[in-house]
Amino acid sequence: MAIQLIVNGKAQSVDVPANMPLLWVLRDTLGMTGTKFGCGMALCGACTVHIDGEATRSCITPVSSVAGKKITTIEGLSPDRSHPVQRAWIEVDVPQCGYCQSGQIMSAASLLAQNPKPSDSEIDEAMKGNICRCGTYQRIREAVHRAAALHKASATPSRFDGEDAKEDAFNEQAVEVGGAA
Amino acid sequence: MSAGTTTGINRRSFLKTGVAGATGLVIGFYLPGRFEALAAPVATVPPASLNAWMLISTTDAVTIVIDKSEMGQGILTALCMIAAEELDCNWKNIRTEFAPAAKEYFNPAFGMQGTGGSSSVRSSWDPMRKAGAAARDMLLQAAATQWNVDKSTCRTENGVIYHDASKRKVTYGGVASAASKLPVPQDVPLKDPKQYRIIGKPTKRLDTPDKVDGRAQFGIDVRQPAMLYAMVARCPVFGGKVASFDATKAKAVPGVKTVVEISRGIAVVADNTWAAMQGRRALDVKWDEGPNANASSESISALFADQMTKTGAEARKEGDAASALTGAAQKIEAVYEVPYLAHATMEPINCTADVRADRVDVWAPTQFQTMAQGMAAKICGLKPENAFIHTTYLGGGFGRKAGTDFVMEAVETSKAIGKPVKVTWSREDDTQHDYYRPASYAKFAAGIGADGWPVAWTTRIACSSIMEAWFPGSTKNNLDPTSVEGVANLPYSIPNIQVDYVRTEPGIPVGFWRSVGASQNGFFSECFMDELAAAGKKDPYEFRRRLLDKAPRLHGVLELAAQKAGWDKPLPAGRYRGIAVLEAFQSFAAQVVEISVDRKARSLKVHRVVCAVDLGRVVNPANVVMQSESAIVYGLSSALYGAITISHGRVEQTNFNTYPVLRIDAMPTIETYIVPSEEKPTGAGELAVPPLVPALCNAIFAATGKRIRRLPIRAEDLA
Repeated sequence: MAIQLIVNGKAQSVDVPANMPLLWVLRDTLGMTGTKFGCGMALCGACTVHIDGEATRSCITPVSSVAGKKITTIEGLSPDRSHPVQRAWIEVDVPQCGYCQSGQIMSAASLLAQNPKPSDSEIDEAMKGNICRCGTYQRIREAVHRAAALHKASATPSRFDGEDAKEDAFNEQAVEVGGAA
Repeated sequence: MSAGTTTGINRRSFLKTGVAGATGLVIGFYLPGRFEALAAPVATVPPASLNAWMLISTTDAVTIVIDKSEMGQGILTALCMIAAEELDCNWKNIRTEFAPAAKEYFNPAFGMQGTGGSSSVRSSWDPMRKAGAAARDMLLQAAATQWNVDKSTCRTENGVIYHDASKRKVTYGGVASAASKLPVPQDVPLKDPKQYRIIGKPTKRLDTPDKVDGRAQFGIDVRQPAMLYAMVARCPVFGGKVASFDATKAKAVPGVKTVVEISRGIAVVADNTWAAMQGRRALDVKWDEGPNANASSESISALFADQMTKTGAEARKEGDAASALTGAAQKIEAVYEVPYLAHATMEPINCTADVRADRVDVWAPTQFQTMAQGMAAKICGLKPENAFIHTTYLGGGFGRKAGTDFVMEAVETSKAIGKPVKVTWSREDDTQHDYYRPASYAKFAAGIGADGWPVAWTTRIACSSIMEAWFPGSTKNNLDPTSVEGVANLPYSIPNIQVDYVRTEPGIPVGFWRSVGASQNGFFSECFMDELAAAGKKDPYEFRRRLLDKAPRLHGVLELAAQKAGWDKPLPAGRYRGIAVLEAFQSFAAQVVEISVDRKARSLKVHRVVCAVDLGRVVNPANVVMQSESAIVYGLSSALYGAITISHGRVEQTNFNTYPVLRIDAMPTIETYIVPSEEKPTGAGELAVPPLVPALCNAIFAATGKRIRRLPIRAEDLA
């Protein structure tokens, strides 16, 4: 049956079983391979995407449950690696093999959208669902702090005011970008 | 990085070859697929190939062909640094491509193309520098000829050739085509290291940008036109096979196209991965479980223990350990044991293959291109040169992706269905069908003199032979060096040493796991050393330091680690530390681990790890630090959680819930210090794994007075 999705701001119609996990719709049906398969049980975080801004494990998310919602993948976080988290990841040189980093970056972006200045323990709490076998955790902590600083430096004060507080650049950039694949 | 990384190279031919003696330079190494990928967007003129590793386009793009697998260890950047240093090109113009499988790219450490054993920088250091220097010389010559001046009056800087006297200049791209037609010069002088402007400087990884936006292509991301997706059902018992199967229910799953039997099981082929998973779940298979169906971790441990009465293959013999033991003032004995370990690369195992009548294409996250090529060619009845291996990025390797099992599955499935197919493993498949770090069992005895210093050391080890499993007949006298490394090369000045090995094969597949034998033997030997220090009433650091009098580089890293950790200063209340030092892969590392233990809660916190390394001249210090962090986390995961256990001939663990690995909330602070050295460079990928576990366990002893002699560390060990 046809399911209507909004992926990185672009409407997509996919004809797949309703219980097919979003991960495989993204990777196999839509050819967006930036989102990774790691465990299939929401244990490792490699498949993390944003659903209406919330970090979500796409490997256990039935595609029918996200119909009509805003789906943001790593390809849609920014058009040009300019999202503060991507910039920080490049500055700190976080990735090694890089396989888990799409998920790490999506989790970090979601954390910072909710908590613009997290402490080390808040970072650990938010990021402990994301496994990295290359052991880049020390750099992930550093890069999340760096992203928070970059974000603060670039954001206009109004973004942190009132109703805008949750719709800051971390989310805005994500949904405004056109589809990538 | 070019989008053609995984798809650009389909066929190669030589326009003109001029193999230049020992340098291995090849001129006119023509790779049509690559040319198309590189040239299309910018120019109609294909890039000029100066040797097997370096191509330069008319727009000055310098393509470095990466003949090692990039699995996180940073080799892509290191190879570019080595090449660029001698080529003197503009760093910003560098692009990379992974090499096809070809003899020009054989790693002398293995006699084939492959990545492992921390050998990459070590083996590429000379060829890559020589290739860069020769290519630069050819570019200089081409410019000099064009200007009708002597080559010696020209110079290069950052990808530009200058003739200062006439104020002329030309970029490399301007003369690359002419340069590629020149003979390869012999013995071009290499730079004096004092002039290095790239090697030795902390340098950002070239692959980072593609790894922050989902662009990097891993094996699992490969998509080919008309490609199908497969999952393979394998016998859960090692050595078992298919007795019979019924595919009716599997074929009824929407999206499933076909079901075929292959050597390693039953492949369920579908139009997406999810459908293949569902189809495999619905498949009815009866397995012939074979001779290992009763194996268990307990039976394997008992088998090892039985071997301790046998005399094994001699790995080291100095003096007369037996007599020295008998005459010693004190005799210390201990038995150490470790379980099997899975690699658990973040990218699950996968491979894509397209078998045609006259060729086979394989896209794989492989560490060993030559073995993958041989496997694909053999299955298809083709010559190896008609098996085209397209190496992708590897989402972790750690030795696991040296295997050809996944290549076999994809090629056999594609051959059976006549279409391109990607075989993807689930995490459960990966955990249960690995080539495991061997379980190992070791018995130690040592004699200590009246002065507290050791006079004798003996070790007997029982475990599977990795080398015999992978390369049958490759060991001599039944001695596998990988089974004893980390003990047999004990560096301490002890007058009587005896180490032997009893090869024992419980039927569980084994393989190379980051740092190989040193991973378990380093734990054994450095914890037993700590036992000797305690028995002789010596400080564990001073004890080692004095006994390393004939091992200056180990002595150096030990002192550096102790100094940086503040070994001579008291720790805050509740903090404890342990130390260990080891040689691995011709490199040297020492670590001090600082912990606290909550004995009531039976829990442990690792606060800080100080690591000192000596790996000769360092190409990229920034990467050495990253690899140290990475290796420490890998070792820490194994110490705290790592256990693959066997019951009824099958692995009991399945996914990250039953085979846990370190997460960010348990991450210690890691500090890495590099010993300055002008020795030949070695490798950073594995070096820092072995000392972590013993340093940690020695810290636990300092905290609790209890020795950890089997892994992983259990709650009761901390009580």
